[in-house]
Amino acid sequence: MDLHLSKVEPSPEERDVIDALLGAAQARHDHTAAGGHAARSHRHLLLPALQAVQARVGWISEGALTYICARLTVPPAEAYGVATFYALLSTTPRPKRVLHVCDDIACRCKGAAELCAELEKKVGPAGHGEPLWLRSPCLGLCDQAPAALVTVAGPKPAERLVGNLTVARAKDLLKSDAAPDGKRLAVPQKGDAGLRLLARVGVVDPTSLDDYRARGGGYAALRRALEIGPEAVIREVADAKLMGRGGAAFPTGRKWDAVAKQAVRPHYLVCNADESEPGTFKDRVLMEEDPFGLVEAMTVAAYATGCERGFIYIRGEYPQAFERLAHAIDAARARGFLGERVLGRDFTFDIEIRRGGGAYICGEETAVFNSIEGFRGEPRNKPPFPVESGLFGKPTVINNVETLVNVLEILRIGGPAYAAIGTAGSTGPRLFCLSGCVTKPGVYEVPFGATLRQLLDLAGGVAGGRPLRAILLGGTAGVFVRPDELDIPLTFEGAQAAKATLGSGVIMVFDDRVDMTDILRRIAAFFRDESCGQCVPCRVGTVRQEEALHRIQARKTIGTVKDEMALLEEVGQAMKDASICGLGQTAYSAIQSAVTRLRLFDGATAT
Amino acid sequence: MTTFVQLQPKKRMVEMQIDGRKVQATEGTTILDACRQLGEEIPTLCFLDTLHPVNACRVCVVELEGSRVLVPACSRKVAAGMVIKTNSERVRLSRKLVLELLASSVDLSTTPDVADWLVEYEARPERFGPPAPPATEGVRDTAVAGHHTPPDPRYAATVAQPPKIDNDLYLRDYGKCILCYKCVEACGTDHQNTFAIAVAGRGFDARIATEFVVPLPDSACVYCGNCIAVCPTGALMFKSEYDHRQAGTWDESRQTVTRTVCPYCGVGCNLDLHVQDNEIVKVSSPLDHDVTSGNLCIKGRFGWKYVQNRKPRTD
Repeated sequence: MDLHLSKVEPSPEERDVIDALLGAAQARHDHTAAGGHAARSHRHLLLPALQAVQARVGWISEGALTYICARLTVPPAEAYGVATFYALLSTTPRPKRVLHVCDDIACRCKGAAELCAELEKKVGPAGHGEPLWLRSPCLGLCDQAPAALVTVAGPKPAERLVGNLTVARAKDLLKSDAAPDGKRLAVPQKGDAGLRLLARVGVVDPTSLDDYRARGGGYAALRRALEIGPEAVIREVADAKLMGRGGAAFPTGRKWDAVAKQAVRPHYLVCNADESEPGTFKDRVLMEEDPFGLVEAMTVAAYATGCERGFIYIRGEYPQAFERLAHAIDAARARGFLGERVLGRDFTFDIEIRRGGGAYICGEETAVFNSIEGFRGEPRNKPPFPVESGLFGKPTVINNVETLVNVLEILRIGGPAYAAIGTAGSTGPRLFCLSGCVTKPGVYEVPFGATLRQLLDLAGGVAGGRPLRAILLGGTAGVFVRPDELDIPLTFEGAQAAKATLGSGVIMVFDDRVDMTDILRRIAAFFRDESCGQCVPCRVGTVRQEEALHRIQARKTIGTVKDEMALLEEVGQAMKDASICGLGQTAYSAIQSAVTRLRLFDGATAT
Repeated sequence: MTTFVQLQPKKRMVEMQIDGRKVQATEGTTILDACRQLGEEIPTLCFLDTLHPVNACRVCVVELEGSRVLVPACSRKVAAGMVIKTNSERVRLSRKLVLELLASSVDLSTTPDVADWLVEYEARPERFGPPAPPATEGVRDTAVAGHHTPPDPRYAATVAQPPKIDNDLYLRDYGKCILCYKCVEACGTDHQNTFAIAVAGRGFDARIATEFVVPLPDSACVYCGNCIAVCPTGALMFKSEYDHRQAGTWDESRQTVTRTVCPYCGVGCNLDLHVQDNEIVKVSSPLDHDVTSGNLCIKGRFGWKYVQNRKPRTD
């Protein structure tokens, strides 16, 4: 490929950080045709290279982007298209220190909107000037709302999530690293007997492989898998009737079996850890507190399905989960649990971590592939499905973090025993993320079959004993349910019968003081921001949806409120029917339920 | 024209049903192909026979029995036993909305056929409110992913903006862009392999851009104009056509199209000269031509000014 590259040079700092990632430049990089096929096949390093520059300098200049393109033989226009796709990357100058303040729905229940308004007064408008603060969608720290993410670019980049944000703490964080982050463990059930997925969380040292093995029973599942062989592992998972926990509830055994049987090689394993559904933070807790568990579970999955290479695609806003997993992978590799001849067997497997760049859509299973491959995180058309043509066009197993962690339990107790947990249609334990106006927010583990009311009671009920207004079940792609619907059993079939969904396990509680129309506008803004823009129904539909809600709020409706409802319904139907992927297909879900179940706009008037 | 017959393993036929009619379709073809076989008209915008389908516009969606959502006819491969409805209420609603969403946000005044479709599907783009005033130059080019200003309840957001005129040959009027990806495909691996443009930004702020929005003369553009040839909306336009349109003198009813062979090299590309009042106003190449598939180079596409040079020689 003969590239046309601008003459703008990278700064020494930019060149250093790019060379550190890609290795020192070998060929004359001004003659780009020398890159050849070997360089082109490193396109998957495009996003990591852009992220490295962002972390070092705070933004990506034309010189840096051009140099990356020369090194990887990527057309600059395409690299620019990738860089501008991600919210955490900037192609215009930004200060080194940035505070990303969550103003999404869970944090709004805890005063995030007021906090942002205060910051505007005391620090300046979001997105302008120095120090710089930005509004952010859900950061996955809903149990410690309001939350923020601090990113500090430099030779030693620093990033951390901050909980229980106040204006005073925000101002401190904009100045120095000294301010405490106020983050704590969000598992109220910690240490309870009977926990299966959370058994090690808060108990076993997440940075110690020895502790994982000694006290956590670590690597017993892998040993059992190696004993019984790949087909038997898949049979156990199928017998367990494990269903995907990412939202779509696809039978995991069937997925594994389909990939294992593909003659085309290599096979890839992708762990989808791009947990970005507002109100979801279970995968973060698992990765931060039990990273070895995930690494072991991935190794088992790879063994069963014939993968030699696995990727964990972890959302960019989870720095600690990234560090803990990176450490766990290194430790496991050093001790022969990863790499060539795992545990001395004829089985090779290794894991690479890829970080997201601030894009909800990259949690869509085919968008993950595009993002890892160095393209814009746009979902692909299905069919073909990932089991046939996934990452790099090869058969790919893609599973959510929680799904994978369940595999350890299946191998521990056996498929049939696992299937006995929960209900006939929904087997095993399930994690739920309780947030919003609830007494003890956090991740809770229950066997499938508990009711919404039981979960709410487990978390101490509505905070301050206030009246319950609504519960968002399943996330922004889920539905709102009313206080009189608390007996919904939290199973796949129970949720379906109630015309709801468990989604990613979100249970967000709203009391009588929350302005629900404000919550709806934030949900609409979220989808408008996070739509990849590829297909018309979603790209423009999410805009029209948000506009209609703002017209209602401003009492500037076109016709009556009822007319606006009809408009929303038609736009929503088209998004659901004609969008390429799940984002557009569910972008109207929560809003529709607020109209039909909560009857939110019944009393609203046009003027 | 000589037709070459490629010897291939015989393709299997699959039987399917479209709107109650049985049809035998060749394996590997699409629902759109099968519909055309039956003479059914399916509207398309982002589809072109010479490009890989990106199925982004979703105006061609049809109802497939057993599928939770509608499927794009342009890219979905046929399979035995498919039962398809191309004109059901669900299909018509989605098509209507797609057309409304586009027409309310994009200037479709130079998009062929769309006016008829808007009538056919009873689309009323005005029901989203009056269009917002055009963005000033460069504003849409610098929109940041994940951050948009809250909507103004008085207006419907649009992509309206001033056209980008940075060279003498063609211009880019992105107020007319429906983001069909065709120009990117034609500039990239489908045809030209130049990669001067790509989709940048995200969501409603996604746009076609060069790296860092540099003007075309500073980009990788080689002025083959193959992007103009595939643009379905007139967002990419010959400067000559644009100037006529601005002057109010563009009149396709007065134009003739003359097919000839490009005089520059030995490849033998066919040119279609679009002539108005004895002046060449633009040049295209037939899409179904064996040699070009509609593509040309800068010489064939733009190098015809000498034909117009009617000054008598003075030497």
